[in-house]
Amino acid sequence: MTGSETPRGASVVVIGGGVTGLSAAWWLAREGVDVLVLDKGIVGWEASGRNGGGCSHYQSPLFAEEQRLWPMMDELLGYPTEHQSHKIIFGINQKQVDYYKYIAATIRGHGHRVDDLTGDDIRRLVPLAGPNALGGLYAHTGGQANPQRTVQAYAWALQDHGGRILQHTPVIGFERIGGAVTGVVTTRGVIGCDHVLVAAGPQGGQLMSLLDVDMPMAPARAEMVVTEPCEIMPLRAVDGNGLYGRQTARGNLAYGGGPHEWIDEVEPDGPKARPTTPLVRNLAARVAGLFPKAAHLRVIRSWAGVIETTPDGRPILDRLKDPGNVTVATMSGVGFGLSPASGHALRDLIIDGTCSFADISKLGLDRFAGLEPDWRQRKGWFTEASKEFNDHAALAG
Amino acid sequence: MSADGHLPNDRFSQVGRHPAPQKRYDLVVVGAGEAGVKAATEAAAAGRSVLLVDEHPLDPGLIGLDVPYLFGGRATAAVQTPSRLMEHVFAARPALEAAVEAGVELELGVSCWGLYVNGPNLQTLASPVIGLADLDRAWMVGFDAAVIATGARDLVLGFPGWDQPGVVGARGFAALTDLYDAFAGRRVVILGTGELALATAETARARGIEVVALVEALATAQGDPARLAALGAPVLLQTVPVKATGGIDGVEQLTLRSLADGSEQTLACDTVVMALGLVPQIELLDAAGAKIVRQADRGGFVPQVAADGQTSLTGVKALGEVTGVDGADTAYGLAWMQALMAATPGDTMICQCEDVTRADLLDLRPPRYLGEPSTQMRRQSLARLAEDGPVNQDQIKRLTRACMGPCQARRCREQTAMAMAIGTDTALGAIPLAGYRAPVRPLPLKVIGETAESPDLTNNWDVWFGIPDQWIPYAAIGTDEEPDHWAYIAANKYL
Ligand SMILES: Cc1cc2nc3c(=O)[nH]c(=O)nc-3n(C[C@H](O)[C@H](O)[C@H](O)COP(=O)(O)OP(=O)(O)OC[C@H]3O[C@@H](n4cnc5c(N)ncnc54)[C@H](O)[C@@H]3O)c2cc1C
Repeated sequence: MTGSETPRGASVVVIGGGVTGLSAAWWLAREGVDVLVLDKGIVGWEASGRNGGGCSHYQSPLFAEEQRLWPMMDELLGYPTEHQSHKIIFGINQKQVDYYKYIAATIRGHGHRVDDLTGDDIRRLVPLAGPNALGGLYAHTGGQANPQRTVQAYAWALQDHGGRILQHTPVIGFERIGGAVTGVVTTRGVIGCDHVLVAAGPQGGQLMSLLDVDMPMAPARAEMVVTEPCEIMPLRAVDGNGLYGRQTARGNLAYGGGPHEWIDEVEPDGPKARPTTPLVRNLAARVAGLFPKAAHLRVIRSWAGVIETTPDGRPILDRLKDPGNVTVATMSGVGFGLSPASGHALRDLIIDGTCSFADISKLGLDRFAGLEPDWRQRKGWFTEASKEFNDHAALAG
Repeated sequence: MSADGHLPNDRFSQVGRHPAPQKRYDLVVVGAGEAGVKAATEAAAAGRSVLLVDEHPLDPGLIGLDVPYLFGGRATAAVQTPSRLMEHVFAARPALEAAVEAGVELELGVSCWGLYVNGPNLQTLASPVIGLADLDRAWMVGFDAAVIATGARDLVLGFPGWDQPGVVGARGFAALTDLYDAFAGRRVVILGTGELALATAETARARGIEVVALVEALATAQGDPARLAALGAPVLLQTVPVKATGGIDGVEQLTLRSLADGSEQTLACDTVVMALGLVPQIELLDAAGAKIVRQADRGGFVPQVAADGQTSLTGVKALGEVTGVDGADTAYGLAWMQALMAATPGDTMICQCEDVTRADLLDLRPPRYLGEPSTQMRRQSLARLAEDGPVNQDQIKRLTRACMGPCQARRCREQTAMAMAIGTDTALGAIPLAGYRAPVRPLPLKVIGETAESPDLTNNWDVWFGIPDQWIPYAAIGTDEEPDHWAYIAANKYL
């Protein structure tokens, strides 16, 4: 819906049409809640459409719900997500193998089955692996899905349930009466609401500051590469060698990892650019290292996405006390896989005030009370424009 | 804080992680066409160090993928040994000799796959660099100034049977004839009657290749009537190809339909040359973030340039056809696409790499490997999506996979945009450019990969951001176990 007309209001207004906002809106719409998603651009255009598609966040309180929901999502949504459960992670050196054992232990701690894999096991299960495969794990849980298809699936599914989406409509302010937000101000006018969910990714902090709420986050750019398709592996959710990623249902290898670049601040209307760098060469070498039998495959694309990170790298899922009808979400780097569960949790916070299926109390905003204002500097989460480059630019200019 | 008063950067960030290139030139020129050679020669004559690269003779694998031109499987076996074509390429471009004499360092058979300069959200490069590759390896070269003179490629529009050997583009044809002397056809039908079609026909004639006919969807011939007449070949107006058929070696005949009376005729030929338009090869510039504008009468999307070719990127100029092709009116291509869509069925392939038909695109059908679409899915379509906001080719690409394949959308980018415009009744100019991505040449992992990962990078490589807190099991947060997890992760996670 673009509609030349701006809707006057909705019971719940969701700011941000990434996976987090869309999933929450879908959970609400399925229950008949009058929900409207606003996005400054197209749904899923930012991190939600640019990620690795990994769905195994064993460190999260939402892990059990993530694992429960994913195998049902195609049916629940009515559209394909390309989800595949189970996951292999393997290393090509001892350090990697040792760390993957720690991951295996953590997943087992949740009561899920995880098998240890030898090099030979890996070569049997992963046709693209080579003589350097040393050891790893096979988790009977986790897995991957196609982010781009999933984003659109949420969007269509919530529309099928009567929810609404308004694209190209940035939120630029809030209207407040007493302790409550009564409307969001957009470039197309004011839209009234009973409740507002802020799920605006890297712009979430800026929006919350308009409500005098401090939501600390730092944006950064992260890169991935993708090859041409090759024969489909029996299990496509395979990563390791310091990479995250997957083989797509089409057969492409899509992987990321390695260094990111911190960004000062993202413009309210979106990152000006999302460039990739010569890191593509390091990523390509790591992919070929993981899959020596794929070394002949051609790299056909690379891309970058901008992702926000909180000071401890963990999500924030919280319903505020003041204003009391505002719920906030930032998924801080793990939001795609967790989206079926984060949407459920947000639905619960919005409707019931508390999450019904997991203790998420440690993901509250109040954990950052007393944070030093210069926390980003202290952590080194900044980028100074490279001096050499600027000297050069002055010469060339 | 370090001794010099600077705060230390996150060790897992890109700061300091882009190594300075081993070689640097005052000027790097990409593309040894007329514009590129001229710029290189002048700079060298003025005493500057200049590197001029050109990807011809191409990697035979790229020729097979129709990168950068539509070669359409009509190259002879000669292209399998690029080293033997080196002299052909050198001889076909006489100005190269003078360039070398002026001191230009010339690298033929070297493609440029990436252009990297600092800009918004990229501040960590130590210097501007371009990525180069030959058949065996890739490397980076630094520059003070760069000239992108990558020219133009073929505008490709599909009709039934275009996805078999023997359907080539005008630029593909010109490269195979003039540059490589490796064209495998004998009898060609040319689509189009404009300047490009005329030049194609004249080249064919000069080489003793039979021109069976020129075909024009519009009611009038576009090119110079005298030159057209001189060809002596039939010019079929208001006519479109409706089917190319043949055998394992590709096209053997082409069936044409008159739009005036619906009558059909079949011509024997081994090659169909599409001479319907040219598309500026802006991929390096677009991927690097240069400002791109649309010039409908000069091939569509072009970099915004000043009179001297300066782009919006510091130190980077664009010269020659990459800045726009005179006479390459996108309205002409669009009129052809309209005629083809009206005359040929929806199951006509639009994206060869990903096996997407025009109907798939307009229905937003998910790829076939996902099985039969659900009832809900069947209710969706491009036209319905257009109700949600202006259609965007990158979004459609994600859903249908049209333009996602190894040819990097050189065969389908423009026709997909046109089909979207026609299918949703949108002006072609309102469809945003589907973004280009590096590497702008498809290169094997083992070629583009930097196998010598620096110890610094290895020691500071994390799968994600290197934040131990992020990976501590939730149950352990705030308990006695948390510090142990933190310490273990911090010591062992970086792989
Ligand atoms: C390269 C990369 C790889 C990743 N890999 C994985 C992975 O494998 N697994 C995983 O789980 N996660 C991964 N992630 C993280 C994941 O993508 C994000 O956590 C997730 O997409 C966050 O979704 P979101 O909806 O919260 O935010 P976003 O996707 O950022 O969406 C926010 C939306 O809000 C909109 N918006 C912002 N401001 C406004 C405004 N003022 N008004 C209206 N709309 C506004 C934006 O346009 C945007 O669409 C990866 C991320 C990147 C970049």
